[in-house]
Amino acid sequence: MKFAVVVFPGSNCDRDMFYAITEGLGEQADLVWYQEADLSDYDAILLPGGFSYGDYLRSGAIASTSGVIDQIREAAEAGKPILGVCNGFQVLLEMGLLPGAMLPNKHLKFMCHYETLTVENSDTMFTNHYSDQEEIDIPIAHGDGNYYCDEATFKKLKANNQITFTYKNNPNGSVADIAGITNEQGNVLGMMPHPERAVDSLVGTKDGLRLFQSILTHWRDKHAIKA
Amino acid sequence: MRKVKIYITLKEGVLDPQGKAVQNSLHSLEYNNVADVRIGKYMEVMLEDSDNIEQQVDKMCDQLLANPVIEDYSYTIEEAV
Repeated sequence: MKFAVVVFPGSNCDRDMFYAITEGLGEQADLVWYQEADLSDYDAILLPGGFSYGDYLRSGAIASTSGVIDQIREAAEAGKPILGVCNGFQVLLEMGLLPGAMLPNKHLKFMCHYETLTVENSDTMFTNHYSDQEEIDIPIAHGDGNYYCDEATFKKLKANNQITFTYKNNPNGSVADIAGITNEQGNVLGMMPHPERAVDSLVGTKDGLRLFQSILTHWRDKHAIKA
Repeated sequence: MRKVKIYITLKEGVLDPQGKAVQNSLHSLEYNNVADVRIGKYMEVMLEDSDNIEQQVDKMCDQLLANPVIEDYSYTIEEAV
């Protein structure tokens, strides 16, 4: 399986993402510069964390207007798995592929530590290696991770099972403890915690690796049926 | 040439932690009658004259300058010298 890691000016978790795929998962990944990206050949697209364009205007806002965005939209429509982590999640929100918006953390602090997440929906292409209500440890590192959406959007998220991960101890003030959501079709996941930093027991937990394994399992199942 | 002054504010009901922190600071300076503080953004955009400036500014705000999920915007257009 071939993964594209889209690199924006100011991305800084791109190499962690690359490592998670190549060393953790043992699959193929390319770091693709946003201006030269041709995403048509890739099976999955990863938007890494960082501070694209220095978080100018709003986190993810400037990146969400760059040329590569149309290709990401096309890939999303084609049903390819798209994962946005941290700043990548913010980009997905700003480009409107996922509903809602990010606000500064409730206590205005940049936070960088492990959080316990609850898997709210294990029936997605990103979570089929977890079980429902399983608790996993994944690190967070963000200043603008306070997920916000209005009541109507929240009801829709809930009704469609789009809430994928919640925080056990909400660190940032997010609506309903939300840590990660998918789009309605279930092929676009945005999450603030960093699964790519939890793929090696050397750093304390491999809980994040199963997210990438889930994507691979889904992809293999899909292609086995086709063959 | 026109000067567009754009004001971007957080929607009512959206928590503003920065505003709250500033409010607390004003209280500690003993401005005890400060009931609330909301922080927004102000931008000046210089635009060359065209027929549909308002339409264009609305579009700019919706597409990029403001995030309609959490922010409202308003603007004034002035003749610039």
